[in-house]
Amino acid sequence: MLRYRLSGLLLSGQTAKMLDAATRPAAVAPVTFWTRLNENRNLLGLWFMLPAAAFLLLFLAYPLGLGIWLSLTDARIGRAGEFIGIENFTWLWGDSVFWLSVFNTLLYTIVASVIKFAIGLYLALLLNNNIVFKAFIRAIVLLPFIVPTVLSAIAFWWIFDSQFSIISWALIELGIIEQNIDFLGTPNNARASVIFANIWRGVPFVAITLLAGLQTVPQSLYEAATIDGASKWAMFRHITYPLLTPIIAVVMTFSVLFTFTDFQLIYAMTRGGPVNATHLMATLSYQRAILGGNLGEGAAISTAMIPFLLSAIMFSWFGLQRRKWQQGESDD
Amino acid sequence: MFNIDRRSLLKGSSALALGAALTPAQLLGYAKAWAADMKFKPEAGAELRLLRWKRFIQSEEDAFLALIDAFTQATGVKVTVESEFMDDIQPKASVAANVGSGPDLIWGLYSTAHLFPDKLIDLTDVADHLGGQYGGWVEAAETYGKGDGGTWINIPICFGGNYLNYRNSMIEAAGFKTVPEDLEGFLEMSKALKANGTPMGMALGHASGDGNAWTHWALWAHDAYVVDENDKVILDSPEAVKACEYVKALYDSWIPGTASWNDGSNNKAFLAGEVSVTNNGISIYQKALTEGMTDISEDMDHAFYPVGVSGKPTELHVAWSLMAFKYSKYPNACKALFEFIMSKPQYDDWLVGSVAYLTHPLNGYDDNPIWTSDPKRTIFRDCAKRTLTAGGKGSVGERAAAALADFIVVDMLASAATGQTTPEEAVKQATRKAKRIYRS
Repeated sequence: MLRYRLSGLLLSGQTAKMLDAATRPAAVAPVTFWTRLNENRNLLGLWFMLPAAAFLLLFLAYPLGLGIWLSLTDARIGRAGEFIGIENFTWLWGDSVFWLSVFNTLLYTIVASVIKFAIGLYLALLLNNNIVFKAFIRAIVLLPFIVPTVLSAIAFWWIFDSQFSIISWALIELGIIEQNIDFLGTPNNARASVIFANIWRGVPFVAITLLAGLQTVPQSLYEAATIDGASKWAMFRHITYPLLTPIIAVVMTFSVLFTFTDFQLIYAMTRGGPVNATHLMATLSYQRAILGGNLGEGAAISTAMIPFLLSAIMFSWFGLQRRKWQQGESDD
Repeated sequence: MFNIDRRSLLKGSSALALGAALTPAQLLGYAKAWAADMKFKPEAGAELRLLRWKRFIQSEEDAFLALIDAFTQATGVKVTVESEFMDDIQPKASVAANVGSGPDLIWGLYSTAHLFPDKLIDLTDVADHLGGQYGGWVEAAETYGKGDGGTWINIPICFGGNYLNYRNSMIEAAGFKTVPEDLEGFLEMSKALKANGTPMGMALGHASGDGNAWTHWALWAHDAYVVDENDKVILDSPEAVKACEYVKALYDSWIPGTASWNDGSNNKAFLAGEVSVTNNGISIYQKALTEGMTDISEDMDHAFYPVGVSGKPTELHVAWSLMAFKYSKYPNACKALFEFIMSKPQYDDWLVGSVAYLTHPLNGYDDNPIWTSDPKRTIFRDCAKRTLTAGGKGSVGERAAAALADFIVVDMLASAATGQTTPEEAVKQATRKAKRIYRS
């Protein structure tokens, strides 16, 4: 190597190039995969991505793939099971409890999400104003979100208890009703009760996230609108709401996902009762897979949640974020 | 080596005769005496991990841990006891069996051991030894204990009784001196109690203990069963429809809200004086006693479930089964622990500590003082003899466990009782679910 370089110094440029081309493979250290990995920008990028990719594959893709695979088997806890095709799904197709859980899940998600959005947005707009003890009040608003779900669920379980409900007690004391309200013992009351508990718990997340979004809206736009004589509603409709849309898309995507996959509230309050009237797909999946030991069927119920979740994500991202004006074009 | 003498033996025996627990020193004395002559010798340096269900009665757990401590001191085998919520035991046991690692011993309920019989240590020699020593096993213990090959794969070391809890004053006010022993009389009492403003109530929600207990009684009392002796589903029957109609009639005369009740709801309602009759273990009575609620504890008592059309008891009580895994490095230590737990007088001591929450599966413990020290506890003595097993007429394997976990009977009766479906439709829906679980 040293001799080649020294020789190269003495040779003319063209001769050196010829010699270089002719002798390099033999004389230069071969370019290994390792050196290319270190020098090539694309490969280096790939290298840096590997930990994240491994993380995603190991903790997200693998469990998801395994769950889908399990749904195609008759696996039980402790046993791998055999491939049975879509038998679990065909059974669920005719299972009234499964369809009831689908209905419950959709009802729970849609009603709770819409109300959480409405109250959350309202609270965010209120908290965005200059009010006294602003920081303190914002902290208070977050409280329901901070309390562990199981604790708040147990509190609601008492609040809605068929014999010891404080609501029933208060209404009886006020002379408004004569006997306890059966909050969790009749299907529609139970559904309303668990939805209420979910709303109570979920509103702070929506409110605080939207508040963060509101604070990114430039004040100058409101000043300009004020000069133009715009009303409060017009300012909200044409400034606040459009600029908040990306945040709304994100917050509602998460809110819908959290609500759709809720488990703790239901499990602690009703265990899916009365007569499965509050079973969500997640709680039914747990009951069949873990408590009943039928992993395959439970996995099939979980897998059946995927299309709904994907639809919710698609709606949020392509529905709420399709506004071209955000990229400088006119809206359609 | 062992420090037991005639005086301590006499003191211990007299303490148990009065229904009082042994002192730690007495217990240790007995443990050392037992260890000098134990049948199964633990391996040198043995250590065990035992996973049990989280206690419902503090004094039961205290007595159990004292017993384990005495075993450790007498044999040198260190035993680590971990506890989990009752419903979490079965999944954990299954995973341990599957991966071949975990606690050496797991104490679960009903049919857990039948999920993985080939992963468990054969305990036939232990069961035969104990059965021979203490008057033989009750029938249900043999059914739960033995696997398909007739060998013991686990030992139901106790049962948990679940009976009717009632307020004397309330049923008397409704015109009944005792709880009727037949179905019609029981329904009449329920109606009379409601008319008197002191209704009954039993859990009709997803209450894995209390809910499953009384609903299976109600089904079986009408001679309706989920499966027959060959595990063939036979639920879709006129008897099952009658059971649904009967439960609907009961439900209509109960306090509102029982469809949402879980295992704790009936305890709360009974202790608050909201219901006159419910079903439960001894825990309501025990709580009333320990918390000084004398108006309840003095007024309440326990009764058997009414006997149905077959003329025989059709009760379902929890079987608490202990199993040891083949992956354990110390199988003899496991067997020694079984032997120790179930031998006199330490088992007697534990029964006293459990205040009738637990019932023995060996006939030789019928004379335990806990059964006679307080007549209100006596009824629980016989629960292991009276109970049917988890599958009813069928096997006690994983399918029976799955049917219980999926609340097939509870949901069927609740659906009919609350009017969500007709009794016929409720039976058909439950049959479909049962057929799925019992498919071959």
